[in-house]
Amino acid sequence: MMKDMMPHFDLVQPTDVESALDLLREHGRDAWALAGGYDSFDWFKNRGKQPTVVVDLEGLDGLKGVREAGDGIEIGAMTSLTDVESDLLVRERYGLLAEAVSVVASPQIRNAGTLGGNICQDTRCWYYRYGMPCYRAGGNICYAGTPEGMNREHALFGADRCVAVTPSDSAPALVALDAEMVARNTRGERVIPAGEFFMGPGVDITRMTVLDPDDLLTAVRIPARWAGAHFYFEKVADRKTWDFPLVNVAAAFRVADGRVEDSRIVVGAVECVPRRLTDVEDLIRGRVPNESTAAEAGELAAQGAKPLNYNHFKIPLVKNLVARAVRSA
Amino acid sequence: MAERSPPIVQNSDSGAPPAGDTPWEGLLANLPGRGNVSRRQFIKGVIATGASVSAFAYFAGPAATSARASVPRLVSVNVNGQTRRVDVLPQETLAMTLRYKLGLTGTKLGCDRAECGACTVMIDGVAHYSCSTLTQRVRDREVVTVEGLESADGTLHPVQQAFIDELGPQCGFCTPGQVMAAAALLEANPNPTREEARRAMSGNLCRCGAYDHYLNGVMRAAGNGSAVAEEVSSG
Ligand code: FES
Ligand code: FES
Repeated sequence: MMKDMMPHFDLVQPTDVESALDLLREHGRDAWALAGGYDSFDWFKNRGKQPTVVVDLEGLDGLKGVREAGDGIEIGAMTSLTDVESDLLVRERYGLLAEAVSVVASPQIRNAGTLGGNICQDTRCWYYRYGMPCYRAGGNICYAGTPEGMNREHALFGADRCVAVTPSDSAPALVALDAEMVARNTRGERVIPAGEFFMGPGVDITRMTVLDPDDLLTAVRIPARWAGAHFYFEKVADRKTWDFPLVNVAAAFRVADGRVEDSRIVVGAVECVPRRLTDVEDLIRGRVPNESTAAEAGELAAQGAKPLNYNHFKIPLVKNLVARAVRSA
Repeated sequence: MAERSPPIVQNSDSGAPPAGDTPWEGLLANLPGRGNVSRRQFIKGVIATGASVSAFAYFAGPAATSARASVPRLVSVNVNGQTRRVDVLPQETLAMTLRYKLGLTGTKLGCDRAECGACTVMIDGVAHYSCSTLTQRVRDREVVTVEGLESADGTLHPVQQAFIDELGPQCGFCTPGQVMAAAALLEANPNPTREEARRAMSGNLCRCGAYDHYLNGVMRAAGNGSAVAEEVSSG
């Protein structure tokens, strides 16, 4: 099959959010909201998705940039990852996010890729990406979960028929920062806590977020709560560039008198949603973040993991990354 | 459906990367009187033919854009300082337009999936993968390809010269992309550390593994660049 050329679609380039929302509403499931395009074009070229109308969000200047809002900041969903990484407000107060977006994909991809796109991108499970009729694609089998399935990159937790994981580096950081997602459609605006924005297969197996087809993620708000806290981010991937995480960890700590007052610890790429480890947060509250606390935290982080045939190695990864995060506090 | 499939684009799709060169060899072998037609001229000839065929489709075909503010087909793109009028499909990538409509074959297609960097160009001075950029998105922006770097008198861009001096290219397929990534880096940061340069060049694969040579080239070009800048400012 010829795969270099994308199949035809109508391209519409609105210059204001209202028109974009109207178009998404009008065309429903036939429409596709195009941000940076790196995830989208893969789908189109491989014939995995064939929208008839593509709504190009590039012209929506109102969705770009970082500004102060309330006691924190608001980042437009169309802000490029490069711009998020280099923004002074982000670097100064929310270094966790700056660090997370700095290790996404490659420099060229960060120049075009957007924060909204990085949050909303679809899973990387290659059976699904290759167009296999799996649960997520509307079929009735999970190829990755079968005994012979190649599932080295797949889930340790929360699998429900589908074993795909979230591929995002920014998402765990945003959950750790107690961020809020601002979503709009023609009927109005919703503000959704980052921790409730992502969706596991048990709730809806065909999508990764709570966004409906006519919804648009317009901005991300980060409150003051964790501004300037102690942060830890680490991503483990097969390659330093381009690759999606095998496991990543994003953590924020408030430490006083040598003890952890409060924390957020979130692990990515081990479940369909960024996995917030509230039990680990509870465990370390009030404790000195020393070697033994870190080791306990690591053990607890991996508790309940259900490895597949080829992803056992993610268990020590989770343990070690969480332990390192706690030790750094 | 003429407007959906300009013949040249189909022809060019012999599938295998690198889409740049080898697929034409078979054609050339059978070409009568190949004699003094170089392979490059031949390819350019095919491109010109394709352009006229697709232009025909433009005039004879049905109205391509729906009334609802879809994008125009005949667009102006600023490439290497020149405004070029070109017939562009909604789903067409910049790499396709550059190579197969505008004859700028210096930009290579390796993976066509944003995974190799061979297609890197500058858009408003910033490095982008042209295989994963819609041409319709760059209508009002400035595109610079590897063909646009040398100055009018033929002096190479400092990066190009430094890559020659440091023996950067081996097979050369990734070179145009490496050149553009390096040129974009130096535009934003004329004096990068080696680590910064390494990071900026990390979106460009080299199958020959000439990474260190390229990196040496970037550092050499940065040295030249700042020397030149000093001369200019002190003069
Ligand atoms: S051709 Fe490989 S990144 Fe564009
Ligand atoms: S020089 Fe051969 S691929 Fe880089």
